[in-house]
Amino acid sequence: MPDLLIELFSEEIPARMQGKAAEDFKRLMTDALVDAGLTYAGAAAFSTPRRLTLSVHGLLATSPTTREERKGPRVDAPDKAIEGFLRGAGVARDDLEIRDEKKGQVYFATITRPGRPAADIVAEELEKVIRNFPWPKSMRWGAGSLRWVRPLHSILCILTDDGGAAQVVEMELDGIRAGAATRGHRFMAPEPFSVTSFEDYEAKLKRANVVLDAAERQATIWQEATNQAFASGLEVVEDRGLLVEVAGLVEWPVVLMGRIDDDFLDLPPEVLQTSMKEHQKFFSVKNPKTGRIERFVTVANVETADHGATILAGNQKVLAARLSDAKFFWENDLRIVRERGLEGMAEGLRDVTFHNKLGSQAARVARIAALAREIAPLAGADAGLAEQAAQVAKADLQSEMVGEFPELQGLMGRYYAEAAGLGSEVAAACEDHYKPLGPGDAVPSAPVSVAVALADKIDTLTGFWAIDEKPTGSKDPYALRRAALGVIRIVMEGDLRLPLDRFIDAQLLRHKITLNRSEASDNEIDTLEEILEEIAHHGVFGAAFRAVLDRLQDGDRAPETGDGSLIHMVGEAMPDLSDNLLAFLHDRLKVHLRDEGIRHDVIDACLSLDIAAPAGATPGNDDLILLVHRARALGDFLKTDDGENLLQGFKRANNILTQAEDKDGVEYSFGADAKFAETAEERTLFAALDTAEPQIAAALETEDFAGAMSAMAALRAPIDAFFDAVQVNVENAVIRRNRLNLLSRIRHICLQAADLTRVEG
Amino acid sequence: MTDSTVKPRSFQEIVLRLQTYWAGQGCAILQPYDMEVGAGTFHPATTLRSLGSQPWAAAYVQPSRRPTDGRYGENPNRLQHYYQYQVLIKPSPPDLQDLYLGSLAAIGIDAGMHDIRFVEDDWESPTLGAWGLGWEVWCDGMEVSQFTYFQQVGGHDCHPVSGELTYGLERLAMYVLGVDHVMDMPFNDPGAPIPLSYGDVFRQTEEEYSRFNFDVADTTVLLRHFEEAETECAAILGQEEIDPKTAKRIVMAHPAYDQCIKASHIFNLLDARGVISVTERQAYIGRVRALARMCADAFVRTAAGRGQAA
Repeated sequence: MPDLLIELFSEEIPARMQGKAAEDFKRLMTDALVDAGLTYAGAAAFSTPRRLTLSVHGLLATSPTTREERKGPRVDAPDKAIEGFLRGAGVARDDLEIRDEKKGQVYFATITRPGRPAADIVAEELEKVIRNFPWPKSMRWGAGSLRWVRPLHSILCILTDDGGAAQVVEMELDGIRAGAATRGHRFMAPEPFSVTSFEDYEAKLKRANVVLDAAERQATIWQEATNQAFASGLEVVEDRGLLVEVAGLVEWPVVLMGRIDDDFLDLPPEVLQTSMKEHQKFFSVKNPKTGRIERFVTVANVETADHGATILAGNQKVLAARLSDAKFFWENDLRIVRERGLEGMAEGLRDVTFHNKLGSQAARVARIAALAREIAPLAGADAGLAEQAAQVAKADLQSEMVGEFPELQGLMGRYYAEAAGLGSEVAAACEDHYKPLGPGDAVPSAPVSVAVALADKIDTLTGFWAIDEKPTGSKDPYALRRAALGVIRIVMEGDLRLPLDRFIDAQLLRHKITLNRSEASDNEIDTLEEILEEIAHHGVFGAAFRAVLDRLQDGDRAPETGDGSLIHMVGEAMPDLSDNLLAFLHDRLKVHLRDEGIRHDVIDACLSLDIAAPAGATPGNDDLILLVHRARALGDFLKTDDGENLLQGFKRANNILTQAEDKDGVEYSFGADAKFAETAEERTLFAALDTAEPQIAAALETEDFAGAMSAMAALRAPIDAFFDAVQVNVENAVIRRNRLNLLSRIRHICLQAADLTRVEG
Repeated sequence: MTDSTVKPRSFQEIVLRLQTYWAGQGCAILQPYDMEVGAGTFHPATTLRSLGSQPWAAAYVQPSRRPTDGRYGENPNRLQHYYQYQVLIKPSPPDLQDLYLGSLAAIGIDAGMHDIRFVEDDWESPTLGAWGLGWEVWCDGMEVSQFTYFQQVGGHDCHPVSGELTYGLERLAMYVLGVDHVMDMPFNDPGAPIPLSYGDVFRQTEEEYSRFNFDVADTTVLLRHFEEAETECAAILGQEEIDPKTAKRIVMAHPAYDQCIKASHIFNLLDARGVISVTERQAYIGRVRALARMCADAFVRTAAGRGQAA
């Protein structure tokens, strides 16, 4: 069985695309071969900067012959129909077979498709794969129309039989003829050579200074780098992503270690590391005793007569120029914060637009600081400290260092906060308030950092909600889903009991004030600010709004509050915005909890609780911790036998009750009386409800959801027994009403714990 | 031909060797465009000529201005006025990488001693409505050139595709000559009767323009000029294509494009003066791009731009 070798040789493929391209090549090509009937024993794909290679071994030499039987028209069908059938099947009338069927004699055709040589199939499928290759970005070149990641120069495509003889697969693509030849290293072995098999190809490539396998290049680089570092008593800072990238930039890795000038050793290690990695693709080499980065490792693509001395000198020079810039930024930034504090550095934020509707960075910082102050006590932080931290947390955006290396934002803030003599809590908040940046990132836990991080995220969410820039579908340009998940994770991992409604309302209103400041009258702005203050006391916007409006009616300083006035419009818009944002947070919470195995309908059952309850009676859905505790308890309960059966009992009760209510046009809500009970099961149920009701209420009072659930569990048996023995809709109207009212008690008691109508199943 | 095994001795020798080399490869050696531009790409020999199906091969030095990069002549690497060497060949020849490497050899960079690499760098010019794929070319870790296959210019797909090479001449020359500060680089031959350094030629102007660009350029006047260039560009292209005097069909793509270049440079100056906010920036870039598109649309209606696929 022959082996297949394909190499697509091109100009330099971007390092970041090589790995996936090799995998795609293998998958697409082998799938296509199998679909065409060519099975194989094994396949492997490789990539270098200039080639994608696929080796398939044990391929069928020809695809198997296939036979398909097709049923045709009846023998007595019109000629036209029979001819059409012959054309479609591609057979002659003599080849048809006549079979007796129920409806009479029918023609049958057997279509034989002879197997095809592997070479023909490979040529056909390879062309399709090349033409439709899923590059993230592809291009045309010259006057041709073929698209590839960079100009494609040659195609090597051979089948090697068991005897070792190679056959070129004949194919031509936009003027490129497939052959058996390739080239080695661009500079060290540029001459073309022919190969007869994969083994021959790989060996000759190595002689021509090309290591085909990216994993081997990575291993060589890492080993050589760590060896050289070790010999100097140093260690290479691990960076898997960089290793993969660098291995994709060379065909013949030559590892060189160089020094960093003493002038630069006082720069923060992260600065050295970032600068070297981003600009030069250097690995950092650390002195384990001091923790300082003292050297670098660069990987060249060529061996030279001077053993890399010229290359290393060049690289060192480029690095020195880069680091001079970094050092200049660092020293300038330090001078500013030492002379004028982080506040001085932050001054420029006034002139930086955060978003054209949401105002400047400075306005944003002021809003975040105000909110951080309000959140602080609930996060266990000092309000003044949280406010101060928020005021300087974005200052480093104005530093020259972050201007050059945006990825150092936050981290530089910490360094500069320390240099400015601010306390460690403030410095930590500068760095940590951006966190978590992704699902795998750690969540801040220090109280001041938590307050600022929450305030930052809530400000972002409310801001984009206020200007109606919510995420839609896959579009989330302001990373609002990430911000929402950040809020959820900080709250949950910190076990924070927060009235989110209050903070969302307050921050939405702050945005409304920013958005309207230039247009609105002083009177209107004063009123909005008064409402803002009241939110802290009333907890939500609605109550605060009414309180301020009531007060205004008594005073003589009354802004316009009628239809169309700013105050009226804000009053109308706020509740919907706030509910909508909270619903968004709930959606993100559901996604987050799904990983924990909590079903979305279980959360819905807990969420819709206080919609049914009278306003302000239950702790709100904005307390995520409470919500999650309740959902966990309900989820656990529903997994038990009692839970499952109680749910069915509840649903049965609810259905009968709802139907009766619909039919009778009344609501059965109270008045069930044990004295009308006719059966033992009824009386038992009355007794069970009398016991469970206060138990559930007491448990809920103390947020003992598990307790509430177990009290509910006690209802299962009496409810089941009731339905087994008792008919609800009886002739006697008094008995029927009494039983319906009894069902209503079941519904009422169960709904206290969760809206079981929402639970599926 | 210059003997490339002998190291060049001056900035100008490197320029001359590039000129000789690319002339030897059949390029028309053009002279710089006589307007202020931010990069060699703005030369109509690149932007406009990359459109249409007519073959083209040109190379030239282009003085380029980046007002925000001014450092009063003090920074070893940054200048507000510098030179780019630009090559544009359409259609891009299959051996363009080898031709390019030949040019490095011509200026004394021996590929056997240096580490030359093609590192992904996709080029995009939002002001020109143009993009392409290619690399930045590294020599021992330093970026010495941009190498781009144009895919779209002025909103038009390029077909055939042009290959564009851009060398940052000062940086490249400093490396070849082993100089650490641009102002110390020999401009003419160090053995000449009057040897001149880059600083002798440009220190004074860097100082003057840095002050002018950052603090003195009159923003009110500049803003007005921007608007005027914009209006003028549209007015030129709004003319009847048939010239009433000669009765010939004359589409004035180039005069209109001059106004686009002007607007682009004025925008750069305004940017250096710090009067353009982040949000306004995008709007200004969009306005220049609109001009570039109009000019590209006009150029493909001319004889030189014919054969442009829709």
